Amino acid sequence: MSKIVKLKKGFDINLVGKAKQELSDFAAAQTYAIKPTDFIGFQRPKILVNEGDTVKAGTPILIDKAMDQIIFASPVSGEIIEIKRGDRRKLLEIKILADKSMTFQMSEKVDLVSIARDALAAKLAASGVWPNIIQRPFGIIANPADTPKAIFISGFDTHPLAPDYGFTLQGEERFLQAGIDTLAKLTSGKVHLNVDGSKPVPAVFSGIKNAQINQFSGPHPAGNVGIQIHHLDPVNKGEIAWTVSPVGVVQIGKFILEGIYDSSKIIAITGSEITKPTYVKTYSGANVSSFVKGNLNSGHVRVISGNVLTGEKINLEGFLGFYHSQVTVIPEGDYYEFLGWAKPTTEKLSYHRALGLLSFLTPKKEYVLDSNGRGEERAFVQTGVFESVTPMDILPMYLLKAILAEDFDEIEELGIYEIVEEDLALCEFVDVSKHPVQELIRKGIELIQYS
Amino acid sequence: MDKQRPLFEKGGKLESLYYAFEAGETFLFSPNHTTGIKGAQVKDAIDLKRMMITVVVALIPCLIFGIYNTGHQYLLATGGTIGLWDNFADKFSTGAILVLPIVLVAYAAGGMVEAVFAVIRKHPINEGFLVTGMLIPLVVPATTPLWQVALATVFAVVIAKEVFGGTGMNILNVAMTARAFLYFAYPMQISGDQVWTYLGDKAAVDGFSGATALAVAYNAGVDGVPVTEALSTHNSVLGADLFSFSNLFMGWIPGSIGETSTLMALVGALILIGTGVASWKIIVSGFAGAYLMGFVMNLFAANEYMAMPPQYHWVMGGLAFGIVFMATDPVSASQTETGKWIYGLLIGVLTVIIRVTNPAYPEGIMLAVLFMNVFAPLIDYYVVKANKTRRLQRATV
Repeated sequence: MSKIVKLKKGFDINLVGKAKQELSDFAAAQTYAIKPTDFIGFQRPKILVNEGDTVKAGTPILIDKAMDQIIFASPVSGEIIEIKRGDRRKLLEIKILADKSMTFQMSEKVDLVSIARDALAAKLAASGVWPNIIQRPFGIIANPADTPKAIFISGFDTHPLAPDYGFTLQGEERFLQAGIDTLAKLTSGKVHLNVDGSKPVPAVFSGIKNAQINQFSGPHPAGNVGIQIHHLDPVNKGEIAWTVSPVGVVQIGKFILEGIYDSSKIIAITGSEITKPTYVKTYSGANVSSFVKGNLNSGHVRVISGNVLTGEKINLEGFLGFYHSQVTVIPEGDYYEFLGWAKPTTEKLSYHRALGLLSFLTPKKEYVLDSNGRGEERAFVQTGVFESVTPMDILPMYLLKAILAEDFDEIEELGIYEIVEEDLALCEFVDVSKHPVQELIRKGIELIQYS
Repeated sequence: MDKQRPLFEKGGKLESLYYAFEAGETFLFSPNHTTGIKGAQVKDAIDLKRMMITVVVALIPCLIFGIYNTGHQYLLATGGTIGLWDNFADKFSTGAILVLPIVLVAYAAGGMVEAVFAVIRKHPINEGFLVTGMLIPLVVPATTPLWQVALATVFAVVIAKEVFGGTGMNILNVAMTARAFLYFAYPMQISGDQVWTYLGDKAAVDGFSGATALAVAYNAGVDGVPVTEALSTHNSVLGADLFSFSNLFMGWIPGSIGETSTLMALVGALILIGTGVASWKIIVSGFAGAYLMGFVMNLFAANEYMAMPPQYHWVMGGLAFGIVFMATDPVSASQTETGKWIYGLLIGVLTVIIRVTNPAYPEGIMLAVLFMNVFAPLIDYYVVKANKTRRLQRATV
């Protein structure tokens, strides 16, 4: 029984620089990195390799001593060239120089019919694909010992300039199905695959079995798995659900069918400062310079791993995040603007009609946004705006105030279990008072998680 | 800018004045801050300055009309004019001479307090004062002494806002607090029949009464004369039908500077709703509440005031101005969407109750707004509680 959900609240940020649906041949990235900072809730890293070691794709590189059955594997085969640490020896990056041809660490193929659930979980945890499985509440890497009440996969991404899975997963149908079969074994409930209800179902998803296919339509954040869970089977206190991105499902499927950790994925190179926005095939943690340098319109840019709402600033030599399938390049916004707040303009994008009064005339217009902070932080003044971009029965402003006040009961009762940063990322964008909403949400989650 | 900046930054000579510098700087130039490493990398182009200036723009029709009407009422009372558009320049300049100093004093007094608090308390100067400084002049009579304007502004900014931590933290609407302060501290200058029309050195025409429509309506209730009749015969020495429904709606009546015209308040409402700055829910439910209560009063009409057609409540006194500009202040209003309906409705209802039943306060909107400001958190409390309960119930199912 599938569900059809139409959402009205939200806002699509239309940006210049959407990737054209074709694969480009850039020079392959030379170096790759694993960044423990990508994995939210990562507590005590322990490195299993030394500089100079040679590794295969799938060789364990790192574990979290807090949950040591899960390994973090090398995305490529090659040589460990640098273990980079920051202040107080905080582990930042483990860099790997890739071989010309990839060799994989082989393990046995898994027979899904005969294997027991716990044995399956243990195998996945030791394979390198497990970090793709995220637990709700808290948005941290799932614990293999838990049995989730359901597993959710969002089959589309509504973030600005997001890649189209219908294109990037072409030809991976077999692995997608195997991944879903695997997940179905791990949960006591259903596997939900949620697709975009406003378009015909892409070919890669139309033949999927063993999952409940639901349709969601509406503006961003309709594609966020957290929003979808809220409308399908909300997470209450004490319950656990898991989420996996379609890219992660394919990786799981490949491990099951072929016994390898293959981190390859097609990523979108997007943004207004990219000369040729396109798709490219690479591996997890790739150095983005070979796709971005030489493909720029201007010099003073911000390179983002991920999208403009939830991504992370990296530099031109930076590495793609583990969970990211997109690189966005926008102009850096470190300039003063004379009377910038007062000028009437049609070049700036605003959700608010106080600035974009006539923007409804050009709903399809694509904007160039830069990283300017657009004003300073103030106390909460405007009300009702957060609610209008959050298609959930949640009161974001009250939740944020409860987090600021560190009121544990309120944080819990107002729905912290149902959200992670990305679900309220639009609130951060539209906020008149410029609060760091996503940072606050993580703070609230940590208050509850570690209490 | 960058050259002077080190002077004011930590360790600079003028470190203590950093926030004063910052206010000036950000007013002239949008700052060059960029977004953080994680989280939203782009931000909506709006900021609080833009929002607040939109409210000021929405107030300008009221201000301009108020200036003209002040001159008009002066010439009307002293027998200098009859037609609405006669002596246009004369009326406008008379009004401007009276009104603009009040605006300047309010901005200067309040701005000073803001700056002092920003420097002492080390917080950025609040843009909210852009609006407050414009609202206060519009809700006092043109005859108010300037020192009272200054005193009320300082009182309101300090007591209603800064002691709570500045814009966004206040419980009461700042401009309404200023008016309430004047009302209770200096009732001579802000109530009764003598203060609403500026007369200068000239004597009023014989038989002139400076009463406002609300006072006329209240007295009609006491005397047992139908209100509409009392309104139409009021000040008949000056002209026929001065308090006709259309004059009340247009605002050609004595009253506080900016609040007489329902039409201009509605123009402001249009701007505020069009730009999405104010909540249309509060405005609509506010007017609905006033009509509803006026209608209920009709049903139990114990005196002639209660029997007045409810639509007169919309156009008399400051109801329209209060609902559009005061009730919708997002900080002191209800902050939940359901709460906004209840909050607006109760403001309308309370205004009419206070007007009709309380002999001491001819105008009810001021106390109704302040009263509901206090109750807004309670309304929100129950709306938020309902949200929590829905979540809890889901868990047990």
